[in-house]
Amino acid sequence: MQALYGQLVVGLINGSFYALLSLGLAVIFGMLNIINFAHGAFYMMGAFAAYFLLNWAGLGYWWALLLAPLMVGAVGVLVERTMLQWLTGLDHLYGLLLTFGLALVIQGVFQNEFGSSGLPYAIPAELRGAQNLGFMFLPNYRAWVIVFSLVVCLATWFVIERTKLGAYLRAATERPELVRAFGIDVPRMITLTYGFGVALAALAGVLAAPINQVRPLMGADFIIVVFAVVVIGGMGSIMGSIVTGFALGLIEGLTKYFYPEASSTVVFVIMAIVLLVKPNGLFGRTA
Amino acid sequence: MQSRTITALLAAVAATALTVGSATAQDNKTVRIGNLSDQSGLYADLGGPGSTLAAQMAIEDSGLVAKGWKIDVIAGDHQNKPDVGTNIARQWYDVDKVDVIVDTPNSGVALAVNQVTREKNKAFLNSGAATSDLSGKACSPNTVHWTYDTWMLAHGTGEAVVKSGGDSWFFLTADYAFGHALERDTTEVVKANKGTVTGAVRHPLNTADFSSFLLQAQSSKAKIIGLANAGGDTTNSIKQASEFGIVAGGQKLAALLLFLPDVHALGLQVAQGLTFTETFYWDMNDQTRAFSKRFSERMKNKMMPSMVHAGVYSAVLHYLKAMEALGGNPGDGAKVVAKMKEMPTDDALFGKGTIRADGRKIHPAYLFEVKKPAESKGPWDYYKLVATIPADKAFRPAAEGGCSLVK
Repeated sequence: MQALYGQLVVGLINGSFYALLSLGLAVIFGMLNIINFAHGAFYMMGAFAAYFLLNWAGLGYWWALLLAPLMVGAVGVLVERTMLQWLTGLDHLYGLLLTFGLALVIQGVFQNEFGSSGLPYAIPAELRGAQNLGFMFLPNYRAWVIVFSLVVCLATWFVIERTKLGAYLRAATERPELVRAFGIDVPRMITLTYGFGVALAALAGVLAAPINQVRPLMGADFIIVVFAVVVIGGMGSIMGSIVTGFALGLIEGLTKYFYPEASSTVVFVIMAIVLLVKPNGLFGRTA
Repeated sequence: MQSRTITALLAAVAATALTVGSATAQDNKTVRIGNLSDQSGLYADLGGPGSTLAAQMAIEDSGLVAKGWKIDVIAGDHQNKPDVGTNIARQWYDVDKVDVIVDTPNSGVALAVNQVTREKNKAFLNSGAATSDLSGKACSPNTVHWTYDTWMLAHGTGEAVVKSGGDSWFFLTADYAFGHALERDTTEVVKANKGTVTGAVRHPLNTADFSSFLLQAQSSKAKIIGLANAGGDTTNSIKQASEFGIVAGGQKLAALLLFLPDVHALGLQVAQGLTFTETFYWDMNDQTRAFSKRFSERMKNKMMPSMVHAGVYSAVLHYLKAMEALGGNPGDGAKVVAKMKEMPTDDALFGKGTIRADGRKIHPAYLFEVKKPAESKGPWDYYKLVATIPADKAFRPAAEGGCSLVK
C-alpha cells in the first residue's frame, strides 16, 4: 500500500509535465487552430536554453526559469510571423505538416551539434535533498515541479477564461473581423498567443532539465503522449487539458505499479476508448 | 529495319555479357560495408555515426585502397526496430551490393540481422549488441560477435559486486531481448555465488522517467539494484536514483552496461564510484591514445571512441585482412568469416586475440571504476582500472553456449 502512495505522487509529477505541455497545445489550438507539432522541439529548446544560460552566461536555474521561456517564446513569435501566419484559413493539415517538419529540422540541428546522449544539468542547490513522507522519499525538486506547474496552469486558465484579455482572445478566434472592427490588433494578439504557448513548452523544458538529461530527442519522445492527452481532454479545452494531464499522469503511475510493461501504452488505450465513446474528448465542446 | 535493330541490341547484350563474364573471372576487389546502427536514438552516441567513422578509419589503415581495392561504407538507421533493421539489411544485400554489415547495437535488431545475413550468406560483424545468444543459441557461420556480451558483463561486474558483499539483487530491466539476456546471465552469476534475486521490474525501451521503477526497487530492500539496460535508459536511471536518495539510503547501483559516452553525459559528480566492465578504454596505452586522438579529431562533437566504436574498427580491419588473404571476392560471407576465424587477430586497440568457432571474438575485459571529480584531469579522463579479466576468463566457455557450430 505504501508503494502505491509513492506511485501516485510520482504520477502527479509526470502529470505536471503532461498538463503544462498539453496546456500550451490547447492554447495554441484553441486560439490559432494550429496543431503545433513543433511543441516537443520547443520543450527541448527550453531545456537547452537553460543549459546554455548556465554554461555560457553563468545564469542559474532561477534565471533560466524566467529567461528560457522568453527566449524560446521569441523564437515562436518569429516562426508565427514568418511562416504560420500564411496558413490562416487553410486546412489543419498544412499547419500540422509545417510544424512537424520544423520539429524534425530543429531536432536534427541539435542532434548534429550535441549528439544524442544529452548533457547534464544539476538540480539547483535550494531544491536539493528530499523529504521522507513515511511512505516514500520525495525529492524536494519534484515537489516543486508539482506546485509550480499547478500554479502556472491555473493562472493560465484564469487569464484566458476569466479576464477581459482572455475574452478578447476567445472572441478573436471566433470572429476575427468583428474584433478587429473594435480596434483590436488581432494578428498581433495571435502572434503573442503563439509565443505564449511556445513559452509554456519551454518552461516545461526548464523544469525537466534537472530531472532528465538535456537531450535533443527529449521532446520527440514526449510529445506523442502529450498529443494523446490533448485528444483525451478535448482539443482546445483549457481546463480539460489541465485535468486530463494530471489524471493521466496518475493512471500511468498506477500502471507502472500494477503492470509496468504496459506503462508506455496505457495512455493510447485510454485515448482509443475515449475516441470511441466521446469523439470530442472528455471536456471538448461539440463541434 | 526492325530486325536490324534487334540484331544490334542482341549484339550489345552479348558484348555486355562477355565483359561481365571476364570481370568475374578476375578477383572481385570491391567491398561495400554497411554500418547498420541506431543513428539518432538513445544508442546513437555509443554506435551511430562514430561507427561509420571507425569503419572508415579501418579501411584507410588497411592500406588496401592504395593496392587498387574499392572499399566504401554506407550507413543506415534501424531506429531500434527489428523490422526496420531487417528491411534495410535485405535491401542492402539484395540491391545495394553490401557485403558485410557492422555495428548494430540493440540485441533485438542484431538477432534479426543475424538471421537475414545467414539466409543471404553475407557477413555480420557485430560490435554494438550485447546478447550472448549471438554466439550461443543463435550463432551462425556468417556472424562474428566482436566487442562484448551479456555473459561477460554479468561475470565481470556481477561477480565483483557479489564478492564485495552485494548478495541480494533487484533488477531494473529493459523490456526486450538485450535486457532479458543480461538479467538472465547476471541472475545465474548471483545464484552461483550464493546470492539471491528478490525481484525485477521491466521498463519499456527508451524511458524518460524511472521514478516509479526506482520506488519499486527501493521497496524491494535488495542491497543491489542491477541496471540491466543501456545508453540513455541507464543514464536516466542513475541520475534519478541519486535524486530519490537510493544510494544515500544504503542500496547500491550496479550499472551492468555502461559506455564512455554515458559517463560523459552523466558527469562525474553523479557517476563517480560506479564499477562496470568494458573491453576498451581510450586511455589504456600509447596505441589506444593515438587512435582515439585521431578519432576524436574527426568526430563532430570531438568525443572519444566508445568500446563499440573501437570494436567496429578492429572488426573491419580484421575482415579486410581476411579479404586480402583470400584475394578478394567478398560474395561468399561464410567463407570470409571462416577465414577470419582461421587467422589470429591483432590490432592496436584490442591486442592479440582469436575468434572462436561459435563466432565469439576473444580478448581481455577490464573492470573499471568511475573517477571522483577531483581525480579527473579533464574531459574524458573518467576511468580507473580496477582489475583485468584475462581473455580466457572473460567470455563464456564455448561448450556452455549451446551453439551448434561447436563440436
